[in-house]
Formats: sequence, structure tokens, C-alpha cells
Amino acid sequence: MADFDQELDASGLNCPLPILRAKKTLNAMSSGQVLHIIATDPGSVKDFDAFAKQTGNELMESKDEGGKFHFLIKKS
Amino acid sequence: MEQKKLAIIATKGSLDWAYPPFILASTAAALGYEVQIFFTFYGLQLLKKKLALEVTPLGNPGMPMPLGMDKWFPVLGLALPGMQGMMTAMMKKKMKDKGVASLEVLRELCQEAEVKLIACQMTVDLFDMEKMHFIDGVEYAGAAAFFEFAGESDICLYI
Repeated sequence: MADFDQELDASGLNCPLPILRAKKTLNAMSSGQVLHIIATDPGSVKDFDAFAKQTGNELMESKDEGGKFHFLIKKS
Repeated sequence: MEQKKLAIIATKGSLDWAYPPFILASTAAALGYEVQIFFTFYGLQLLKKKLALEVTPLGNPGMPMPLGMDKWFPVLGLALPGMQGMMTAMMKKKMKDKGVASLEVLRELCQEAEVKLIACQMTVDLFDMEKMHFIDGVEYAGAAAFFEFAGESDICLYI
């Protein structure tokens, strides 16, 4: 997994909390910085994809590690 | 790109139906939407400082019942005193166990994200509701004011 500037553990949280927490964390970051999100909600895979498309932040990586989902989002 | 707009009319005042307006509004706000929710009739319960919402198994054949109760429990049994309270407690526990946010938290997130919460003035008067019982930041308006925003919205939902 590539480098990141900040990490958000959203394990155990269900829709829409992982997205809302991610958005809040991104708000406090600066452009070009990368956020690493860990989630256990299977719905978050499609949700983070959609979140990135609609907000213009880049989803650099999305992977499933045995029930733990990892996302890297670069702030636009 | 111009900011997208989501308009929601929230009409229901039960624990289960309180979720969709707040989940959709907070998510849309996170996606960059400008959002307004117009609370009318029983939906006004969702604006109370102290939420006392319940879920009823009555007249709700789609509700998943614990322990296969729907198989052996007659409909009339669901009308027994205490049944609604029990269902409400079970639903709240289930939501907590599954990491679903509480309504209070979702509502707060909506307000943080500048979702505009509008109470239907007519219903407030109709039910003799006291504004002091509603959370801070609520605006009071009528149908015409809602249409001003809804008419320009990209998505309009009636819940």
C-alpha cells in the first residue's frame, strides 16, 4: 500500500458513517494529501467509489483484506 | 459545476422511518449537495430535542421479527401492551450492535453539514407544538417556501 498522510479507522461503522467520517477528515486535510480509510462495511466498497466520482477526490486504491476494506483517497 | 440540490419531505414519525431522511441528507451533504428537509405532520417528531420515537410491528408485515415470532405470534398478540416498547428496544439494540449511527448523531451530522431543517409551520400550529421542544437551528416555513427550493432541486424525495 502506498504512502498516506492520515488514517481513519471506520471499522464497525455502518452506512453512511464511513463516508461521513471520511468527508470530515478530508475537510481538514490539504489538497494532494492522501487519506487511508479502513472499513468493515461491505457496502463501503461501492460507496467510496461513488464518493470519489462525485466529489472529485481520487480513489487511488481499494482492496479487500479478508473482511477489512482499505481505501486510499487523494484530496483534490 | 453548479452545486446539486436535494429536497426531502419527511412525513413519518417512527423510529424506523426517521432514518432515511437523515441518512440521505447527511450523505448527500458529504457528496457536495445543498440539502433541505421539510418536516411535516408526524415528521416533526424528528426535530424534538428529546427523541422518543418507537417502531411498531402492527400493520407492518415486512418487519423482520426476532426468534421467528412472526411465524407463531398472532397479529393480535402484537397489539398487546408492551409489545411496541419491546420491539423498539430490540431495534435500537440491533442498530447499535451493527454500527448504525443513532438518530441524534445523524441529525447532528446533518446540522454540521449545513443541511437546512425546516419545520412546517402549519403542522406546528395544528398539533399545538411548542418551538422550545425543537432543536436549535430549525427554521419555520410553509409549503410555498419549500417549493422555492424544491423547484430548483435535482432530486426531490417524499419520505
